[in-house]
Amino acid sequence: MRVLEPKPRGAGAQLPPTEDRGGPAQPLLSVKNLVKHFPVRDPFWVRERRVVHAVDGVSFDVAKGETLGIVGESGCGKSTTARLLARLLMPDSGSLVFDGDGVGESGGLPLTAYRRSLQMVFQDSFASLNPRMTIEDTIGFAPWVHGLSHSATVARSHALLERVGLLPAQFAARYPHELSGGQRQRINIARALALQPRLLVLDEAVAALDKSVQAQVLNLLQELKREQGLTYIFISHDLHVIQYLCDRVMVMYLGQVIEIGPVGQIYSAARHPYTLALLSAVPSMDPTRRTAKPPLAGDPPNPISPPSGCRFRDRCPRAEAVCASSVPALTTLAALPSGASEGLHEVACHMSIAGSGHSAAPALKQLEAA
Amino acid sequence: MIDQAPNNLLTVRDLNVTFNGARTLQALHGVNLTLAPGETLGLLGESGSGKSVTLRTLLRINPPQRTVVSGSIMVDGQDVLALQGPGLSRYRGAVVSMVFQESGLAFDPVYTIGQQMTEMIRAHEPVSQAMASARALQMLDRVQIPQARRRMAAYAHELSGGMRQRAMIALALCCQPKLLLADEPTTALDATVQIQILLLLRELQRELGMAMIFVTHDIAAAVEISDRLAVMYAGRIVEQGSVEGVLARPAHHYTRGLMASTVSAEMRGKPLAAIAGAPPDLAQLPPGCAFAPRCQKATDRCRADVPPLGSANGEAQHQVACWHPALGSPVVAAEPETC
Repeated sequence: MRVLEPKPRGAGAQLPPTEDRGGPAQPLLSVKNLVKHFPVRDPFWVRERRVVHAVDGVSFDVAKGETLGIVGESGCGKSTTARLLARLLMPDSGSLVFDGDGVGESGGLPLTAYRRSLQMVFQDSFASLNPRMTIEDTIGFAPWVHGLSHSATVARSHALLERVGLLPAQFAARYPHELSGGQRQRINIARALALQPRLLVLDEAVAALDKSVQAQVLNLLQELKREQGLTYIFISHDLHVIQYLCDRVMVMYLGQVIEIGPVGQIYSAARHPYTLALLSAVPSMDPTRRTAKPPLAGDPPNPISPPSGCRFRDRCPRAEAVCASSVPALTTLAALPSGASEGLHEVACHMSIAGSGHSAAPALKQLEAA
Repeated sequence: MIDQAPNNLLTVRDLNVTFNGARTLQALHGVNLTLAPGETLGLLGESGSGKSVTLRTLLRINPPQRTVVSGSIMVDGQDVLALQGPGLSRYRGAVVSMVFQESGLAFDPVYTIGQQMTEMIRAHEPVSQAMASARALQMLDRVQIPQARRRMAAYAHELSGGMRQRAMIALALCCQPKLLLADEPTTALDATVQIQILLLLRELQRELGMAMIFVTHDIAAAVEISDRLAVMYAGRIVEQGSVEGVLARPAHHYTRGLMASTVSAEMRGKPLAAIAGAPPDLAQLPPGCAFAPRCQKATDRCRADVPPLGSANGEAQHQVACWHPALGSPVVAAEPETC
């Protein structure tokens, strides 16, 4: 399947489609032990070399056709993870496997082909568009780079503009500053779709939009997903949007995955104290049932020197000695209710690990009996 | 000059604000507001609806050369629009104070938090440096900043977002204002920190007995903190009333649209009821109701005449500016509308 064979260069030529290879059971993207540390620029007399632990051993799978939500506070590594996935940053270690092929490895999927299959939509719709290119050129640029003729890229960008609800005759020749925020985000989505990708990474794509416009863009995203069989990784700090849109949710804290599971399971039966706190921090829409006490005190700790053991322990109401001494591994919950077939529910918390030594942890024998 | 009910802290009558510049646009059209002492008003609206302009006009911090203001603003018996020089300086900070959205930009980067707070206290009250310093420290403690003594000597960039917003609130409350203007103070914060700041503001507001105008585009945050809600669209207040009244029986179609397009769990798998179109350009407003081009219930009358603010649902407190208000019915999720 090498996607970039010698390129056709006539009018009406099309890029070869990026085809499905491993069948529906094979994960579209498999991320293994991704690590990214950024060095801190200290003055020369500081001996110790310090690093920001932005992403520290993140592993997960994305199934074909699903929407995976990533939530967490700012600084927890959501956006760095997204940039590592898109190879806008090189990971320090870890691997990406896209539909069975290692990305950028010898004998694997070449980066040019990977970038056609995975596209990204950013939060800041204005900063992510080139101010000196018209909308038409912006959308057609990537297909042109990948070998389409100019007339073919124009045709494609007009078709995409039409699809995202902007009239080509009215918008094709405009520049980004002539558009509203919602329109610009539609352009960003059209640009991401121009290479017919299979996986779209949406990094806070609707966070900067007004509520009424946000709903329009969310509807558009769902329609596009249905039509083109896309897979989404949707990064957001808005828990309502995640719950509405996603099939599975991954919760991150200080560069690590602390809980991952099907959306229903996370919202009804979350196990990690941080996930529970995040969920109860959402203001209720009922003036008679106002929040009385903030679920979490303080800010996230400094990612340069994260706490030992469980990174959440200094804000956790149920932290015990074991939490400081050993790092809880991401553990699959054994007792899943019947009917939960969409995916496994995994938690990194000593309270859910049998025999961890935490007073609330289930005993080892009990678990085996169940 | 104008009749001010004796029990109102703030009375705004027929406030119009026009900005002259490369192009002229009217940002506020005949805004009327009242606020009782100790009351919290949630001012809701999308970007460009005039929420921030309203607050900035109340504090008179719009660029004076380019701003034309008409109408009247009375705060605590003072005519705000007539204030000049030292009177205006006394008013800002001591009577009315403001918390901004971008706490990183609102602090001076070259002075410490403590220096800025003591400067503010000493500008308004004849106290010694030591006294002012002690008051500032007390205030930082009051907004639950850990290790307040150390933070006094910190610069704004050394604090995290949530901490900076707390320091900002402390700065705004230094001189115990009667009215606090909060311009989206929680929008840039994480959910866990947002709820901390909301609860802190609510607690301080009760304890100090001050009134507050809380500007936001997030209905949920407004509901969490407000006694009354006012919804703005294109420079006009289109609906106002008690939180309970507006939430249970929204009368304006824009309010209903906003509530229906708010994402919730029950909507999973269904398309959202988005309001079609985009907010209007303030320089080219339609002649009638500004919402008419996006409204499904709009008639010729809506396109020709601007609806006045009148009572809705037979309640004196609940007012709506619409020719065809939706009366007495709660919002049904997913009204059939698509973009």
